[in-house]
Formats: sequence, structure tokens, C-alpha cells
Amino acid sequence: MTEMSVSAPADRSIAGERPRRPHEERAAWGLVGPAATLIGLILVVPLIVVVALSLTDYQLGAKAWRFVGFANYADLAGDPVFWRSIANTALYAVAVVAGSTGLGLAVALALQGSGALAPVWRTIFFLPVMASLVAMAIVWEFMLHPTFGLVNAVLGLVGVAPMNWLQNGATALPALAVIGVWQQFGFAMVLFLAGLSGIPTSLYDAAEMDGAPSAWARFRLVTWPLLAPVTLFVVVISTIRSFQVFDTVHALTKGGPNKVTEVLLYTMYAEGFEFFRTGRAAAIAVVFVAAMLVVTLTKVLLVEKRIHAR
Amino acid sequence: MARIEIDGIEKRFGRTPVLRGIDLDVAAGEFLSLVGPSGCGKSTLLRIVAGLTREDRGAIRLAGEDVDHLAARDRDLAMVFQNYALYPHLTVAENIAVPLVMRRLTTAQRLPLVGRHLSGSRAAHAAIAADVARVAETLGIAALANRRPGELSGGQRQRIALGRAMVRRPKAFLMDEPLSNLDAKLRVEMRSEIASLHRRLETTFVYVTHDQAEAMTMSDRIAVMMDGAVLQVGTPDAVYADPDDLRVAEFVGSPKINVITADAALAAALGVDATRAPDPDGLRLAFRTEAVRLVDPTGAALAGRVVHLENFGSDLMVHLAVAAAVPIVVRRDPHDPRPRIGETWGLSIRPDRLLVFDAAGRRLRSVVGRGA
Repeated sequence: MTEMSVSAPADRSIAGERPRRPHEERAAWGLVGPAATLIGLILVVPLIVVVALSLTDYQLGAKAWRFVGFANYADLAGDPVFWRSIANTALYAVAVVAGSTGLGLAVALALQGSGALAPVWRTIFFLPVMASLVAMAIVWEFMLHPTFGLVNAVLGLVGVAPMNWLQNGATALPALAVIGVWQQFGFAMVLFLAGLSGIPTSLYDAAEMDGAPSAWARFRLVTWPLLAPVTLFVVVISTIRSFQVFDTVHALTKGGPNKVTEVLLYTMYAEGFEFFRTGRAAAIAVVFVAAMLVVTLTKVLLVEKRIHAR
Repeated sequence: MARIEIDGIEKRFGRTPVLRGIDLDVAAGEFLSLVGPSGCGKSTLLRIVAGLTREDRGAIRLAGEDVDHLAARDRDLAMVFQNYALYPHLTVAENIAVPLVMRRLTTAQRLPLVGRHLSGSRAAHAAIAADVARVAETLGIAALANRRPGELSGGQRQRIALGRAMVRRPKAFLMDEPLSNLDAKLRVEMRSEIASLHRRLETTFVYVTHDQAEAMTMSDRIAVMMDGAVLQVGTPDAVYADPDDLRVAEFVGSPKINVITADAALAAALGVDATRAPDPDGLRLAFRTEAVRLVDPTGAALAGRVVHLENFGSDLMVHLAVAAAVPIVVRRDPHDPRPRIGETWGLSIRPDRLLVFDAAGRRLRSVVGRGA
């Protein structure tokens, strides 16, 4: 390695650099080494393994496997359950991202400078983020229980007939989305609070002097545009987290009823650990990673554009 | 253009009194500076006039009308902020347009995309664009119209903030330390620019600064504030030459005024008849650096040793150690023969420029030098 990089001095002189000495070369590799090794072991190697697995017909525990090319992907493309789970995941993500971002912003605006109790409220709203979602799912199961659940009891007071929220095809996914919003909005709230505290108060003074006629006008003129970077971050993070939904599905609906809550990671789990089709589960994982990559790249591009615009 | 009457304004933050009954009358079209050290309450007073902060007691009148019940947006004032407070996501032209957009367009007309196609909207938008272009032209920032504040220098941002204030014709301009974030050279440049802007707009300006040089060079009148009270209001000349209070004398003028404590004997030797003072032995005598000359030390009432020389090119400041703790500074023409460090010189103070204060710093106008 060292010899290779010592060669080609002509290229260096073009760049205007002096040739590096061998011991500097070694030091550089020594410094980069640990981090590179960790990244390789933790991220790159598993990713390569998953991509490789997705090209095989490997089954969990099987002794033999063979290379099948893109057969797993072709199978997925023709599998209505897979498409169903993509659609469900997207639906869930849109609902949870919109819900948790909107609610998080609303709560952050309400809490901003709301006095001595603000830290207490902040903690309460942040609790679901820290709680174990499987444990909380059980609590929600009781709340949504068709006969003795709190939700039906409360709705009964205003004359709504009791429902089996998690077993009804029309309400199961929305119910999971509500739980998702409940779990995530505290995270959005904390980020929005940080963003709000970064807006100079003089801008609100300026808006007032400039004649912004209402709180809404000031929000449109100052708060919303200045929160844009935070909002983008919140949307990206909660999109990724929504795509990862699994715990509540596994604990509450197992994809049912009639596949209305079949989501991407649950499908992957079922393929890999119930049907033992590891190759196919790996293909789903690759699709999942690709989707996340698209979300992240979109964010990076948007941020780059913003930076250049300034 | 409007007269601003400030009547008995009091303000506390928690238990700390910030303003202790401020009375000021700013004439229509006047340039009045509120000057004082940081924490004296000048910015709070400006915010109260603007309507951004509520007073605890007292009243503000604009053009003869009580405005205490009006929100800032309804007072028809414009303000320039220390950090400019430009909207970072809007272009220069959009920033300047905001006051017009907020006042001339309806909520529906302000909507993005849709708003422009509503009835009457096109004409209103065109009128706003024309007004913005006119102001940008006046301030020489037309070329920057489509840039964002983040790409611009401090001086350019300052101009945009001025443009945003000017684009409407407000009753008065309020400026809160608008130059203090600029470098020294630009600050001097903008000083004359703001002064000429005031002459052109013929509008009332209230200008807050901690820099006495800004106040002296731009204002029609100066109000010197300290500890939540106005100590003196007057023309720059009057405040400089005829201060009511030792704190005013010390705050205004650069280099700082010379102050010595004197008993009756020293006062008499310097030509002051202290017999009429309530406490003839506890006097504080103040004189500007240009009111004192270096003379032969023999027979001089006051003499000192030269400890430091400061050459400004136009002036030479000679620092002399006398009995007083703080050296006395004498302004000299650098072309005159120069004193050397270590030499002893006598001081001759023009009696008519000698200001006499009591121990508490109050001016004793009845006690004056014999030459007056």
C-alpha cells in the first residue's frame, strides 16, 4: 500500500503538493484505520451480506443455497402482499409524519414561553418517545379494547357505538397511525422548541413594526420560514422512523385483519422468521434500505440547495 | 413627520426600576439622540415609544394623540434594529416590501401564487414594486434586489434595514443602535449618510446610541440618560460646553473631560471664587482638554509631570500626572514644540471654560471663574 501511494510524483507536483514521506503515509493509515474498520464491520459488510443474500434462495438453517440472480426481486414485484405492504407503509408514514410534525409544532408553539410549568409539560410530552413501544402497545391494546377499553368508554359518553378498533379493516391502520403519532410527536416537539428558541426575537419585533396584522401573519412571515430547516429535519427523521414501524404491528395486529396493517418490516419479518425465506426477506430489506436512501438524499439535496440559495 | 411627547414614563423589570419618570418632547422633524451607557434604559424607552414594550406609568403622544392603547403596528412608526432584523429567507426587494405588503394587501392577496391573481391585486403588487425600486435606488442598493441578506455585508444590510423603514412614510423613525455592528470606518460613513437622510426625509428621528460621537455629530438635540433618568437635554454644543451634571460632562466628549477635586485654596488659585459654594472645600473642577495650556511651572497653580504622549496627527494629547489620581490630558497642536516625557509643566486653565461641580456632581452655575 505504502509503495503504491509514494509513486506517481508527477501528479502531485501538478497539485502543488510536496511528495509525502513514508512515515507520514503510515501515520495517515493508522489514524484512519480504526474508524474505517468499524464502519466496514458495522455497516458495509452487513450491507454487502444482505445484498448477497437477496440474490440467493438461502433459507434460514438450510445447508445448501444457490445463486438465483434477481429472482427474489422478480417474485416480490409479482407479489400482491408485498405491494400491499408498501402501500400500507406509505399510508402509515404519510399519516404519522403529518400528524406528528403538525402536533409537535402546535405543542411547541403552545409551550414556547408558557411559564414555569413548561418543563413539566415538555417532559410529559416527551415520555412516549422514551418508552418501550412494545410495552406501550399493550397499554394501547387495553385502551382500544372493544368491551372494556377507555377509548370506547369515552366515545360512548358522546353516543358513539363501541368499535373493535384493531380488528376492523377500516380502523386498524388509522389506529396504529394514532399510536405512531402519539409516540413520535414529542420528538418533533423538542426539535421545534429548539428551532423556535433560535429565532431572534427582533424578527418578531420587526414583523410587528412592519404591520403584520395577526399572529397568523407573523407565523407566516417569521416562524414558518425560519423553522424550515428544522421542519425538513423532523419530516425526514419521522419518515424514516415511520417506515420502520414494526413493534405495534407485531404486538397488536400481526398484519391483520386481512393484511390491512401489513407493513414493510412486518412482511420482512414474516418472510424471514416465519416462512424462513431468508433470501426473500433480504430482498425486502434491500428495497427498504433503498427507500431510506432516497429519503435521505432528498433531504441532503434540499439542504444543499438552501445553503447555496443563501 | 410628527411630534413625539414622552410624559412621565416609568418602567420596572421585576423589581428593578429601568425608567424613573422620563419626560421628553421631540419636535416634529427633529433628530433627537438618546445617549447613555449600556443599561441606562434608552433602548427600553425607544421600545415603549414604538409600542413593543408596555410602560408601567406615563403616556406617549404622537402628533398630539394618545397612542398608549395602540399596538406597535398601529402607531405608524418605523424602526431600525441593531442587528437589522432582516428576514433571512426573503430577498432584499421582498424585505423592503414587507411593510407595504402587510399594510396594502389583504390576507387573501398575500397568499403565495393565488394572491397575485385576485382582483386589484396586480395593481397593488405593481405599486409596491415601484415603491421598493424607488427606495432601493435612493439608497444605492438596487443592484442587490434579488440577493438574500445572508450574502450581504453589514453595511449593505444596514441600508436594507433603512430601506424597509423608509419605504412607507411613517410618522417617525426609531433607530436602536443601528451602527454599532459596523466597523469603525463604515460607522463614520453611515453617520453622515443617516444625517443627510434625515434632512431629505424631513421626518422625526429618535436615535438610540451608546456612542457619544454619533449623538454629537448627527443630532439636533441630545438627551443624555443614566440610570433610568434623563440628566440633560440640549443641543450638542450646549451639552458639551455647558453640562448640568458631572456625569454628563464625563460621558460627552472625547477625550474625556479633565476632573480634579479641589479645596477652596486650589479653587481660588485657579481663579474660582468658591466662597459662594455650599461646601467650598469639596469642589470638583472640570475642564476640556482644549481649555488648558502648558506653561512654565514656576508660579503655576497646578503643575504636573508628562507621563504619556498621544499623537493623533491633527492633535497631540499630553498626559500629565498631577496630585489627582487620573492624569490630566492637554490638547496641543503637534507642530508646536513638543514636551518630553518626564518634563514638568505648569497648567493654565481658561477660567471661563472651568466648570464647577459639587461633591455629588451637580453643577454649581453660581460659582464661576473670574474670567467669565
